[in-house]
Amino acid sequence: MAEAQPLLEVRNLSVTFDTAQGPVRAVRDVSWSVGRGEVLAILGESGSGKSVSSSAVLDLIDCPPGRIESGQILFEGRDLLGMSRAERRTINGRRIAMIFQDPLSHLNPVYAVGWQIEETMVIHGTSRAEARAETLRLLARVGIPDPAEAAAKYPHQFSGGQRQRLMIAMALALKPDLLIADEPTTALDVTVQAQILALIEELQAETGMGLVIITHDLGVVAEMADRVVVMNRGEIVERGGAAEVYRNPQHPYTQRLIAAAPGQGAMRETRQDASPILSLRHVSKRYGAFTALHGISYDLHEGEVLAIVGESGSGKSTTARLLLRLEEASGGQALYRGQDLLAMSPRDLHALRREIQMVFQDPTQSLNPRMTVYQLISEAWAIHPGIVERARWRARVAELLAEVGLDDGYMSRYPHQISGGQRQRVAIARALALEPRIIVCDEAVSALDVQVQAQVIRLLDRLKASHGLSYIFIAHDLPVVRDFADRVLVMRGGRIVEQGDVRQIFEMPREEYTRNLLAASLDPDPEVQAQRRAARQAMETA
Amino acid sequence: MRLLLADKPASCAAVFLIAMLLCALLGPILLEEVASKQNLRGRNAPPFLFDQSWTMWLGGDQLGRPLLARIIVAAANTIAIATGAVIASMTIGTLLGLAAGWSRGRAGQLIPRIADVIMSFPSLLLAVIVLYMLEPSVGNIILVLAITRIPVYLRTARAEVLEIRERMFVQAATVMGASTRRIVFRHILPVILPTLVTIATLDFAFVMLAESALSFLGIGIQPPEVTWGLMVAQGRPYLVTAWWLSFWPGLAIILTTLSLNLLSNWLRIALDPVQRWRLETGGKKNG
Repeated sequence: MAEAQPLLEVRNLSVTFDTAQGPVRAVRDVSWSVGRGEVLAILGESGSGKSVSSSAVLDLIDCPPGRIESGQILFEGRDLLGMSRAERRTINGRRIAMIFQDPLSHLNPVYAVGWQIEETMVIHGTSRAEARAETLRLLARVGIPDPAEAAAKYPHQFSGGQRQRLMIAMALALKPDLLIADEPTTALDVTVQAQILALIEELQAETGMGLVIITHDLGVVAEMADRVVVMNRGEIVERGGAAEVYRNPQHPYTQRLIAAAPGQGAMRETRQDASPILSLRHVSKRYGAFTALHGISYDLHEGEVLAIVGESGSGKSTTARLLLRLEEASGGQALYRGQDLLAMSPRDLHALRREIQMVFQDPTQSLNPRMTVYQLISEAWAIHPGIVERARWRARVAELLAEVGLDDGYMSRYPHQISGGQRQRVAIARALALEPRIIVCDEAVSALDVQVQAQVIRLLDRLKASHGLSYIFIAHDLPVVRDFADRVLVMRGGRIVEQGDVRQIFEMPREEYTRNLLAASLDPDPEVQAQRRAARQAMETA
Repeated sequence: MRLLLADKPASCAAVFLIAMLLCALLGPILLEEVASKQNLRGRNAPPFLFDQSWTMWLGGDQLGRPLLARIIVAAANTIAIATGAVIASMTIGTLLGLAAGWSRGRAGQLIPRIADVIMSFPSLLLAVIVLYMLEPSVGNIILVLAITRIPVYLRTARAEVLEIRERMFVQAATVMGASTRRIVFRHILPVILPTLVTIATLDFAFVMLAESALSFLGIGIQPPEVTWGLMVAQGRPYLVTAWWLSFWPGLAIILTTLSLNLLSNWLRIALDPVQRWRLETGGKKNG
């Protein structure tokens, strides 16, 4: 590298956390650097240690239990680790700023947002009046409508995307030289994600700051990064230009990661012969004056995967909750084998629970932490006697576990003793225990890492064939839907915008909204992503 | 058992509590006679006179009765009242709390008001009224103390249920078709029980002292029956001249509560699958 000194350089950093089960080496011998005007992406799955090195940069690691074992962090050539706390505070915030995944928990709920942004400047020595003027300018710059009014509002009065904009405004208040963004768009809808990423990119180009973006999403890397560093189990396994790494991954881990990215397989061809197993007619739901569902109607055919996609607040989860009678519908019918699910007596409903099961988004929360895997699965038979006789419970649990790819050693484990992917397999086994006909998957793979996600999707696909299941697959992640679904239903604001076969939706979307949604979704391939961005910009200027 | 041995303080506590229970069971049978025999020459005899009979090692009370023997005999009444009151209030309070937390209907509105009524009524006044009308027997004292302590469990249980019922695993159970009873007792109760048990052990000391307050007012346990609380109260006028009269029964109360606390702490960890490893790894890194 003949280049001038990088803005920030992390050299051979090792961080260890002392836990009750012994020391855990979170990152080992990690080195990376970022220059002015450059975008570095740190890519890794959960537990890979991708956030640890940047936390060390901002002095956010709690010591103890954390320990920085070795290494240097050079900011403009000066070692941050050798500085006093007071010295580092003058750099944190002013020279290096950070934005976080969840803006709601990083904005103080009891102060107006304008005041909070002013405060960051006042702390670093700007006068109040000047800070106020600057705040209004910043709010306008990050695209908050009506800045003067917005500055007096509190964090809960903004939407998720707007809060992230506020965080960005706060981070940029002191014109930092380096911005670290830790999963800045993970909690956001696709269209909002695209806007926020575009905003960060613009601001970066405008100010010439360096940008470190930490993510698990290959799409974000493709959209943003010049260079990428791939981390696995606390070590950097690969580094290089974003396009090179995607085209020609060297390390087996990176190869697996890229191969597992959804949205690359062939789309399904829809069969025409299937008959509807479940028909919804004009189902609606109101909460007081707010209407969550405006009388929607659709059919689920036997043996198909019907994906319901939409952004948060579109009502896609509400349909599932109504079908399973977790909430009562305000109107309409849901016919399953000629019976109306929504008007069924509790006794009939109990029998029907067997036929329609659900897999929830987060298996950590949907499995009772105080029950073993065996208890969790066999509970189904205690609730519905007559499916499996008690003497055969153990053998049947073992069979079910084998079907989802776990051996019977897992029976006596508790949910916290197994990984996220294994937990979701247990949740699927539990749903299967009742031998249902329909499984509703509410964001069932969204909380999982890419590779595990691919495995779970393959599992669901295999079970569909072997058990004759039909799925209602609720998701916000379009590439996963593209790979897995037979038909797609696009929802927005409690209405169905468009429905059709997966090929039709992805290749010839009829509605403007569907086209926007597809354009906003990120592709792991940097070249494809560059084309999409061009297309999107063309659409905006048109 | 192996898990209990892994936690040294908890094993000591368990041993102490078992000894106390034995005292409570066997004490009145074996020592009733000795404990109530007056000996005016041994009035306020100081402790640690090892030449006397072993019952006098902790000294004698204002009537020369041996303190050690009296503490052992008093254990029976004290533990019966405290255990009875705590278990009764915990059971009733928890059941009401579960019902209040789960019910979306009228019960959910009404039951917390019961707690408000009990809490707004001075508990001592309630005790005076009840015990004035009824005989001041062990059973009635348990009744009074149990009623006054119900709101603590009721409110805690209700608040916890309100939170836990929204958790995903409760919804998962609903989807499987689990009955209300199953959800409440199999899924919700085990999660809130550790909190309630911890409160109960703290309440144990409170109840012992409340009982002594009743005795002091003359509406609780009356001499010649004896409890630790009553012994503390009786020793109060002599605190300056003969501290041991109140000290030893007070120490018994403290040690019992402390032991219960240690044991409940251990129980909380042992019953929680997420925490259990702390005991299984041999306790060398406890905490």
